[in-house]
Amino acid sequence: MDKPLTADIRPDRRPLSLKEYRATGGYRGLEKALKNLTPDQVIAEVKASNLRGRGGAGFPAGLKWSFMPRGEDAPQPRYLVCNADEMEPGTFKDRLLMEGNPHQLIEGMAVTAYALGAKIAFIFLRAEYSTAARNIEKALHEAYDSGYLGSNVLGSEFGLELYLHTSAGRYICGEETALINSLEGKRANPRAKPPFPQVSGLFGQPTVVNNCETLCNISHIIDKGADWFKGLGRGEDSGTKIFGATGNVKRTGLWELPMGTPIREIFEDCAGGMEEGYQMRGFLPGGASTDFLLPEHLDLAFDYDVIGKAGSRMGTGSLIILDNKTCPVAMVKNLTHFFAQESCGWCTPCRDGLPWAEQLLDKIEQGKGTMEDLETLAWQCTFMGPGNTFCALAPGAAEPIQSALRYFREDFERHIHEGQCPWH
Amino acid sequence: MSASSVQTLHVNELSTEERREIEAECAHYPQRRAAAIEGLKVVQKYRGWVSDSSIEALARFLQMPAGELEGVATFYNLIFRQPVGKHVIMLCDSVCCWIKGSDKMRQHLTHTLGIQPGETTPDGLITLLPIVCLGDCDRAPTLMIDDQQHGNLTTEKVDELIAAIQNTSSAKKNPPKSKETKHD
Ligand SMILES: Cc1cc2nc3c(=O)[nH]c(=O)nc-3n(C[C@H](O)[C@H](O)[C@H](O)COP(=O)(O)O)c2cc1C
Ligand code: SF4
Ligand code: FES
Repeated sequence: MDKPLTADIRPDRRPLSLKEYRATGGYRGLEKALKNLTPDQVIAEVKASNLRGRGGAGFPAGLKWSFMPRGEDAPQPRYLVCNADEMEPGTFKDRLLMEGNPHQLIEGMAVTAYALGAKIAFIFLRAEYSTAARNIEKALHEAYDSGYLGSNVLGSEFGLELYLHTSAGRYICGEETALINSLEGKRANPRAKPPFPQVSGLFGQPTVVNNCETLCNISHIIDKGADWFKGLGRGEDSGTKIFGATGNVKRTGLWELPMGTPIREIFEDCAGGMEEGYQMRGFLPGGASTDFLLPEHLDLAFDYDVIGKAGSRMGTGSLIILDNKTCPVAMVKNLTHFFAQESCGWCTPCRDGLPWAEQLLDKIEQGKGTMEDLETLAWQCTFMGPGNTFCALAPGAAEPIQSALRYFREDFERHIHEGQCPWH
Repeated sequence: MSASSVQTLHVNELSTEERREIEAECAHYPQRRAAAIEGLKVVQKYRGWVSDSSIEALARFLQMPAGELEGVATFYNLIFRQPVGKHVIMLCDSVCCWIKGSDKMRQHLTHTLGIQPGETTPDGLITLLPIVCLGDCDRAPTLMIDDQQHGNLTTEKVDELIAAIQNTSSAKKNPPKSKETKHD
């Protein structure tokens, strides 16, 4: 099975040096783009590959790039930013890519910057990934020294300065317009859209923000072609995806598999099913801000639209598994605490709604809740839903709450009727 | 609050190293103030935390209003606006670690260190803080000591980590050699 993103990553994640990366076919995609393809041809190839953004929303990458003004008259500088903030609880895939093979990301960014006509690019890395930071810095030095970055990349007209920015810790920095503010040295409040970053982003200039995993795919698509990439998927979606599993499963971890792989294969074959003595009750399919799904959904294909139709989101593709020994109310309280704490405080439904929801969940979990509290909680979820806030943090935070109310209603009611947490 | 407001130390100049490192970051951006976060991190690297006078000095260096820099400094979880211990233990309290027993680790830490989250041991050695998901969820429960992550925690492993901190700090007292050199 083809695993373009991780096949060359060592089990201990010791990063590939430039020489080792080249020996695996590294920088072939960049050479091909610069020698044989125009920027428009690169964009056309990525569009044809149907690569969808791996940051959570699944927006087609080539389409996003095509919104950036290009050509002689377009404004300069234009920027490319890699979103490597990765602070969604339960998500740890970009870390593997950056620790194990930083040149793959650098090459993907160089090809992307060439396509966009961007001469300056940033990697926005979360603060806690110190090993990734060290490995990226080293790879950047190697790439500059060997002419893969700098004023004339591989002797061509194209020049690229690529900088590493390490953050100071705040989940909202992962939202792309908040990230742009943070990169400008400001508080990371999201910006109103439109204008979209592709038109007016970093320092008011055209900017594309893509997720780290999205960018790591680019050189492979250019090297091997859109058809090859489409052929990797098992269902509707193209390529592979790094899936994960956490919770009380036999083996937690990450696995690169074709898009469209049935969730059951990840849960049973990769993660080995539940640990002795535990049963699965449900799972969040793609990080903390996705709706719960149930064991009956395990045979669904992990594709954006399939998961969407089942009432949840692919998100980041990392399963967080709820077992029978864990209280669903307490789990949702933990998730809500995270979102309440990390809200940037800009909009009322988020700033006020999330702490309120957390208090209600706390009250219910302690056995002091009432049936009206359940109604209030459900109402809170609509209040925080899409369209009422500046960014998707609050709607994302509402997803596990609303789905838990739907699927684990009995457990909520037991807390209320028994006056205590049945799991305590 | 009250005790520290009495403090009138005038450390309101950046050191040569700090200036050099922050200046290098400024070069990446069209505006000096864009290096605010890097600047705060550099100051914190050398001083352990970011005081009011450090804010003033850095704001002057970046040619931005101190009030605005203050707003930036307080926004980010890992910029410390109060003194912290020599080492900071940050225990992940997000969902995967919670499922795998981070509450038990917190109880063990608070009991062993004799402090609550947000506090520093009386000898000034260790500050304990909660932190959000460290992106190390497959090794839950996890924590971070300074910039080093440790996963698959058990109470025994937590004891070993604390002992290691206590040993290195008492070992350092003997040879008053040069301070550990930080690489960037
Ligand atoms: C609250 C919030 C946090 C986010 N965090 C991240 C993140 O850590 N990494 C990421 O790539 N995208 C994150 N996103 C999505 C980004 O806004 C953006 O859609 C993404 O970086 C685009 O990249 P892609 O098109 O390649 O997927 C977040 C969105 C929201 C609303
Ligand atoms: S939804 Fe929340 S995080 Fe997003 S802008 Fe509004 S207050 Fe900030
Ligand atoms: S939830 Fe603790 S490291 Fe991710």
